[in-house]
Amino acid sequence: MSIKKVHSEQPENFEFNTNFKSIAEEILKKYPEKNKKSAVMPFLYLAQKQNNNWIPLAAIKYISKYLSMPYISVYEVATFYSMFNLSPVGKYFVQVCTTTPCLIRGADKIVKVCKQKISDKENQISQNGKCSWTEVECLGACVNAPMMQINNDYYEDLDEKSTSKIIDSIFKDKILKPGSYRGRKNTSPEESKTINGSEHA
Amino acid sequence: MPKININGKEIEFEPGMTILQACEIAGAEIPRFCYHERLSIAGNCRMCLVEMDKSRKPIASCAMPAAEGMNIKTNTEMVEKARKGVMEFLLANHPLDCPVCDQGGECDLQDQSLYYGVDKSRFSENKRHVSEKYMGPLIKTQMTRCIHCTRCVRFATEVAGVPEIGAIGRGENMEITTYLEKSMESELSGNVIDLCPVGALTSKPYAFSARPWELKKTESIDVLDAVGSNIRVDTYGWEVKRILPRLNEDINEEWISDKTRYSCDGLLKQRLDTPYVKKNNKLVKCSWDEALDVIIKKFNETENSNIAGHIGDLVSLETTLAFKKFFELLKSNNLEFREKKFYVNSEDKMNYLFNSSINGIEKSDLILLVGCNPRHEATILNARIRKAFRNNKTPIFSVGNPGDQTYEYKIIGDNTQTIKDIIEEKHEFNKVFNTAKKPLIIIGESALELDSGGYIFEELKSFLNQKRLINEKWNALNILIQNASTVGALDFKILDNNNNKFEFFDNIKNNKFKILYLLNSDNLKFEKNDEFIIYQGSHGDRGAEIADVILPSAAYTEENGLYQNLEGRVQECRKASYPAGDALESWKVLNKLALAYKNKKLFDSYNTLREEVLKRLVNFNSLCQLPKYKEPSKKVNNSFKNEKMFISPMDYYFSNSISRASKVMSDCRDIKLKYLKSGTNN
Repeated sequence: MSIKKVHSEQPENFEFNTNFKSIAEEILKKYPEKNKKSAVMPFLYLAQKQNNNWIPLAAIKYISKYLSMPYISVYEVATFYSMFNLSPVGKYFVQVCTTTPCLIRGADKIVKVCKQKISDKENQISQNGKCSWTEVECLGACVNAPMMQINNDYYEDLDEKSTSKIIDSIFKDKILKPGSYRGRKNTSPEESKTINGSEHA
Repeated sequence: MPKININGKEIEFEPGMTILQACEIAGAEIPRFCYHERLSIAGNCRMCLVEMDKSRKPIASCAMPAAEGMNIKTNTEMVEKARKGVMEFLLANHPLDCPVCDQGGECDLQDQSLYYGVDKSRFSENKRHVSEKYMGPLIKTQMTRCIHCTRCVRFATEVAGVPEIGAIGRGENMEITTYLEKSMESELSGNVIDLCPVGALTSKPYAFSARPWELKKTESIDVLDAVGSNIRVDTYGWEVKRILPRLNEDINEEWISDKTRYSCDGLLKQRLDTPYVKKNNKLVKCSWDEALDVIIKKFNETENSNIAGHIGDLVSLETTLAFKKFFELLKSNNLEFREKKFYVNSEDKMNYLFNSSINGIEKSDLILLVGCNPRHEATILNARIRKAFRNNKTPIFSVGNPGDQTYEYKIIGDNTQTIKDIIEEKHEFNKVFNTAKKPLIIIGESALELDSGGYIFEELKSFLNQKRLINEKWNALNILIQNASTVGALDFKILDNNNNKFEFFDNIKNNKFKILYLLNSDNLKFEKNDEFIIYQGSHGDRGAEIADVILPSAAYTEENGLYQNLEGRVQECRKASYPAGDALESWKVLNKLALAYKNKKLFDSYNTLREEVLKRLVNFNSLCQLPKYKEPSKKVNNSFKNEKMFISPMDYYFSNSISRASKVMSDCRDIKLKYLKSGTNN
């Protein structure tokens, strides 16, 4: 993953709203006063949640002042973790896992579908303004490879057909059920309800 | 002391040392990139791998504490292989552009790959590319060359105290940058160039102008502030190409300020290379004889008591003495060195020195700043205060508000009443002060400029004396002077005898002086009436603008000279280049003038001049040493007035004629002013 681009159009101000502010104060209580900068990651996460899933520079400044840290330190953290977005993403943010197990099971085909349906390039918002996609490293669901994450949900055991279906439906603001798309229950073996293939406890 | 075995040699080491330090004692050389003695340990370059008994893997010696009974080997096949492997990884993404890289010839990576690397590359993939980053007018970046040692990041946060550089991204895509590519707001920023082990951060003004092996190197000292940092002047022919720091543990460690480093392009500009005489209100070039004739004629016409002289900020001890001798010849004692009316008592030498010494700052357990802004007035000294603050958590207090000092301090008052309260033991601060064993009070020129400057100085001195804090072992009284010439001028008593009545300034104002001789003096503010002004100096600056006759002389890199720094250390500034055009060394100009005036030389040779200087210095010990201690004399009473402690702001990048001539300095100043205006301060 190359270095994240800071969006060219930035809001001028950022502040936690009352609800998030109280959550932030709760988070701060977990850390001793002298180590309050430990709260930088939950704070960035909060800011991202409040601001349509991306962190503006104003939020970086706001958080660094909140936690008495240098701007650059907050910026370092925000650029380090791939889950912090520094430029706007679609309302539905699709993250396709392309690490080895998923790739072997055909993640490249899913990427192809995303390119066709959503946008040519990664991190580009689709023409209808609803969706953007990106490739990510392992999301930890290798048993159900290939998979992708849309906002907070995992869609697993995908193929081109099911991916198209999912994307088509989110374009209509209809969110399909997350989980396996080959009828598996969680991570249990296919075509069988139990672990070793026979009726077992 | 515990013992450690290195390459079969048993050596003793101090507890707390790392293996790398122990290896240094044992004389085993260990290559490194990220490790630096004065910065915290990062352990991320992996170049310092060594073999340790009972460890299957090689260990990073810079980050591993040495322990009793360890058995370390640095010359085995395993170590050699490890080094080669690390070097191969470092070079995988490092461009092979040494022929066009400014670091070439003094590059750690170049040298170490020669000794510890492999001769071939097995890396056939594409190298990564990183776009250039803007870091201000002083630092040129070529971030593709960066090997991510993070020395610059650590320097900015730890030593300079401006956490503005950081590493963004991660893994292969990690990049070093300032926050949103703003210029680094520090007076010490140039030091990251020396720290950078590769050519990623290089000097912007010096870019592509010379190779290190073709420069003549002269060890000298800096005179642009009163600290007297040790420098190395690199010249190519006449031109001073660059200035680098030289190690001196007592003064600047291995840092120098940006003003010291980058003012050198001012040495090439606006130079006075021939005498000038004012004719029809216009300065025209003339010969030495013509200029001298005009001056001598004027001297003969004027009454001696109406001739006055002012010494500027960059004048050496030799020139100061020659100037005094010349005025003895003129039978005038209207001499002054001060640029502003600040109180000074030249009776004791300790009255105008930083007595605790710069090293003493680290030993002290409390620091009180009285009307001074050390960050701008003595940048390197301020770095020491920050070091004390960081390492020893020394509490720092201030009377008056000096602004951001790169460390935390507490303002305990902003008027002179606070000082009176402290002296009368009525202030809360006294409780803290009385518990301190080695406190340190730093009085700035701004405090002495006040109407109650005399009171502040004399009463604080006697206050410290009563507390037995002025003795041979510890002297808590410190004056922070700003100019390199000040201590010398006070030693030779270049000030009106009737001490702090400031008659000299009044006489200028009242137009009593008919001739004013400005010796390299550009910062004296006065309104010119009809006096005849002789300016002797190196640069066409404020002094030359108002002059009637200009005598060109050498700048500090062009003549030998002794300077006393603010601690009273006498150091030698050496000739690295030669004076521009027809200009002469400063003392020779005065000699020439004396010869023309009274047909008598002031000094036969430079050596006799230097001998006399050393003889007449007060409490002189020996070169580069602190002066001898002498008991303080009785105090002088001064009146008190309650007033605001105003710290006069200093135009840091424009404080002397050389810096004012420098384009680099004026770029820095523009950026700073822009930040001040927009208020975007990090």
